[in-house]
Amino acid sequence: MQSAFSLSFSQSSLTLPNRPLCSPNAAPRNLRFCGLRREAFGFSPPKQLNSCRFQVKNRRIEVSAAAGGNGAPSNKSFDYDLVIIGAGVGGHGAALHAVEKGLKTAIIEGDVVGGTCVNRGCVPSKALLAVSGRMRELQNEHHMKSFGLQVSAAGYDRQGVADHASNLATKIRNNLTNSMKALGVDILTGFGSVLGPQKVKYGKDNVITAKDIIIATGSVPFVPKGIEVDGKTVITSDHALKLESVPDWIAIVGSGYIGLEFSDVYTALGSEVTFIEALDQLMPGFDPEISKLAQRVLINPRKIDYHTGVFASKITPAKDGRPVMIELIDAKTKEHKDTLEVDAALIATGRAPFTNGLGLENINVATQRGFIPVDERMRVIDGNGKLVPNLYCIGDANGKLMLAHAASAQGISVVEQVTGRDHVLNHLSIPAACFTHPEISMVGLTEPQAREKAEKEGFKVSIAKTSFKANTKALAENEGEGLAKMIYRPDNGEILGVHIFGLHAADLIHEASNAIALGTRIQDIKLAVHAHPTLSEVVDELFKAAKVESPASTTPQSVKAAV
Amino acid sequence: MALSSSSFLSTPSLPNSKSTISFASSVSPAPIPSLRRVVFRSHRREMTVRSKIREIFMPALSSTMTEGKIVSWLKTEGEKLAKGQSVVVVESDKADMDVETFYDGYLAAIVVGEGETAPVGAAIGLLAETEAEIEEAKSKAASKSSSAAVAPSPPPPATSSPAPAISQPAPVAAGSDGPRKTVATPYAKKLAKQHKVDIGSVAGTGPFGRITASDVEAAAGIAPSVAPPPPPPPAAPTATTAKATTTSSPPLLPDSSVVPFTAMQSAVSKNMIESLSVPTFRVGYPVNTDALDALYEKVKPKGVTMTALLAKAAGMALAQHPVVNASCKDGKSFTYNSNINVAVAVAINGGLITPVLQDADKLDLYLLSQKWKELVGKARSKQLQPHEYNSGTFTLSNLGMFGVDRFDAILPPGQGAIMAVGASKPTVVADKDGFFSVKNKMMVNVTADHRIVYGADLAAFLQTFAKIVENPDSLTL
Repeated sequence: MQSAFSLSFSQSSLTLPNRPLCSPNAAPRNLRFCGLRREAFGFSPPKQLNSCRFQVKNRRIEVSAAAGGNGAPSNKSFDYDLVIIGAGVGGHGAALHAVEKGLKTAIIEGDVVGGTCVNRGCVPSKALLAVSGRMRELQNEHHMKSFGLQVSAAGYDRQGVADHASNLATKIRNNLTNSMKALGVDILTGFGSVLGPQKVKYGKDNVITAKDIIIATGSVPFVPKGIEVDGKTVITSDHALKLESVPDWIAIVGSGYIGLEFSDVYTALGSEVTFIEALDQLMPGFDPEISKLAQRVLINPRKIDYHTGVFASKITPAKDGRPVMIELIDAKTKEHKDTLEVDAALIATGRAPFTNGLGLENINVATQRGFIPVDERMRVIDGNGKLVPNLYCIGDANGKLMLAHAASAQGISVVEQVTGRDHVLNHLSIPAACFTHPEISMVGLTEPQAREKAEKEGFKVSIAKTSFKANTKALAENEGEGLAKMIYRPDNGEILGVHIFGLHAADLIHEASNAIALGTRIQDIKLAVHAHPTLSEVVDELFKAAKVESPASTTPQSVKAAV
Repeated sequence: MALSSSSFLSTPSLPNSKSTISFASSVSPAPIPSLRRVVFRSHRREMTVRSKIREIFMPALSSTMTEGKIVSWLKTEGEKLAKGQSVVVVESDKADMDVETFYDGYLAAIVVGEGETAPVGAAIGLLAETEAEIEEAKSKAASKSSSAAVAPSPPPPATSSPAPAISQPAPVAAGSDGPRKTVATPYAKKLAKQHKVDIGSVAGTGPFGRITASDVEAAAGIAPSVAPPPPPPPAAPTATTAKATTTSSPPLLPDSSVVPFTAMQSAVSKNMIESLSVPTFRVGYPVNTDALDALYEKVKPKGVTMTALLAKAAGMALAQHPVVNASCKDGKSFTYNSNINVAVAVAINGGLITPVLQDADKLDLYLLSQKWKELVGKARSKQLQPHEYNSGTFTLSNLGMFGVDRFDAILPPGQGAIMAVGASKPTVVADKDGFFSVKNKMMVNVTADHRIVYGADLAAFLQTFAKIVENPDSLTL
């Protein structure tokens, strides 16, 4: 909805490229997923008005600065104040914030605007998952019957599904491009590389100078050696998102976010799936309790089996009338364990940083497994362990937290720093989500991580849990399967981590992530009111179930007024 | 049921009881008393029993829980358990919880099946300490479940009827050289486990010879899961009977009984309904059988059956008219089948099955007869493998032995034609010179798919068939 909305207004906005937009950008530390929120808001007049009214007082100075700012660099000796290499979600977020801060900004893109997230990642996969969720629901006779609904056999048109995904990517890419154009960000086409301090080359031989440089080149799918990707029967997420075929039986190598989401898509479209996981357990990285439940709901009842503790040492695409062959070896002993014959294999073993050809040798920076080393302020560290002045790296390329919205948050943090406000991003407040049906989301520490930390630092850890079965809205939707779990300190009410598995978990996590980001304590937030009946009461229930020893720090306004 | 060893029961209750919905528990460094462990108590009905067979009880997962529903058993009978492993998922009034075992051992028997409910403290399964004790535990479980009113054990899965009657020809398995290991798809493995089918004994008909879910379903004798869903059950009992009788089906006559379809009957039903989408037509042909009858008398002592003779004749005629052996699956193209596989309808107890005589045109009469005997034996003992009943390209149905003089068969989906053979009867015929004579004649009636087989094709085929039967010497070659 929002995307369509913004698109229709983009033309009129384009006529006034330098007009400062009264967008809600004043909340720079808002963690937005794929940076879509801002760009959508920026063009929608009704919301614009709203935010203007809301923020007019403290925005005035900034507005005038922005008006003068994007025309010329503040320091005449440079072409730009800020140059960003890579127009993915991270670069986009940084660029928009930089313009708002009055910096003359350019962004360099060698491929397409939007990067992985918009073109080959989160965005098109959400389109496929939207389809799979509906298919799953329509195919679930029991579920439909319990609503009293009768649906005849559900089917799908593969090309139609694929088109939905590519159309969405195109739409979002245009929105992203237009939002930067409208603000006057220079979009420079060509591969960018660092020539030296404060000097960047792009395309064939265009050289520009900038006071500060941000590297935001992102990542590409990681393919372990021994695996031959042909793009037809042995594929990566890049190919899978085009949905050129729906194989009868597909092996998915890796059971992280990407693998899980694709298993959801493929099984809903009729494929059978075999997971291959190198670790001893499926879904490593999730809180153990959540992954256990998720396995019971997302794996066991579906047409999925799995091999854990094994590497796919060799995968050959289907050819000469033979199926795809996968050699499995024991992850520890490296002994041959099994050979699988399947129709297709999806390699979802993670992502590798895309940092080749960046000219890092010119500034004496050595990558570590391809990642660019940075400090907590995203400042690049060179081979001697020294900070490289005026050079930053954000997003997947630094490997701190490989999520689109983390990249954007890091970019905003860098802009804050270069405009004179020290800022360190709290990565523990960045939520993550996996868009299976139902969804999984998390923020902060897992239970084992929290216990380890507690042991080291000598504090107590408590757990609060609630089930979606206890939530009216979830039951109304016949989606009572789910668990929410909060890990916290009973002594001071600090939230250490929240993990949710259930209907719309990805949307529910933000109350917790905001609380962590703002340092809100449980004893305070538990007094906040949630509309009834809503899924948000699941999180409310967690707060209320917690047993905190300290009293509420302040009396909230509402309570005061009532008295 | 007396809870003699209540000490075991003290552990599992949840620490909190205030919050009505969630279970917040303070789990500080000290190891918590397990939230959800199976309650065990040693079985000591007889003093002399040395073996340690423990009962697994329905745990109390919350202070308000009186009974629990088994969501799923995470382990199957006979599986080894290690202390701390999750064994069963129990749904309480509040949440689903994994229940772990306190002991190492084997899950010997499941007393309360998935989806069933048991009161807190009731035995839901048995745990044997050693493998040897599994059997003993099982027999105990059997006596237990027969006496336990609250927990009826699920009916044993039907593994009897091997086959849907008239099925689609199996996709031709890709040529594979040499012996290869069994390849089964994830869902096939799941189904095999669920229906206790030995996956090694299932013949794979999927791509590259792999075992698919439908192979397992066929082996387990259950209707394919894609079968049309059963009609929605009548609305829950309503207050007034007047409302309840608004259903469209006419009321049952007194003393009538409703018998649900067996798996085989469902399969037949499904196939028959499917056949309605194919435009068919019929052509009849009288065939003189004097020569055939004479031949039959001669070869009968050598074990040749009439079925084999007819199948051979049909096979040879089909070889000359490949279009009758073709099939049309998508309504857009012909499929000329590479083999002539004659399926022959056989009535078996409570059903109908069509064992297939493969390569009926090529095999000699004696081999064909031998093969036929073998197939019929297998059909009666329900041992037919899927490829032995679903690979037909043409069907033969003979009701002559009942004195039927002519009848009309329904074309099975996926085939081009079916031949219905009546009894051979002495008939007065006039020849072209006006002389009357008595000859044995049988009526052969063929039903065919008019999308691919036209009237002239079928007539020509029947003519060839009649010629072969009337000059049957070629049958023995």
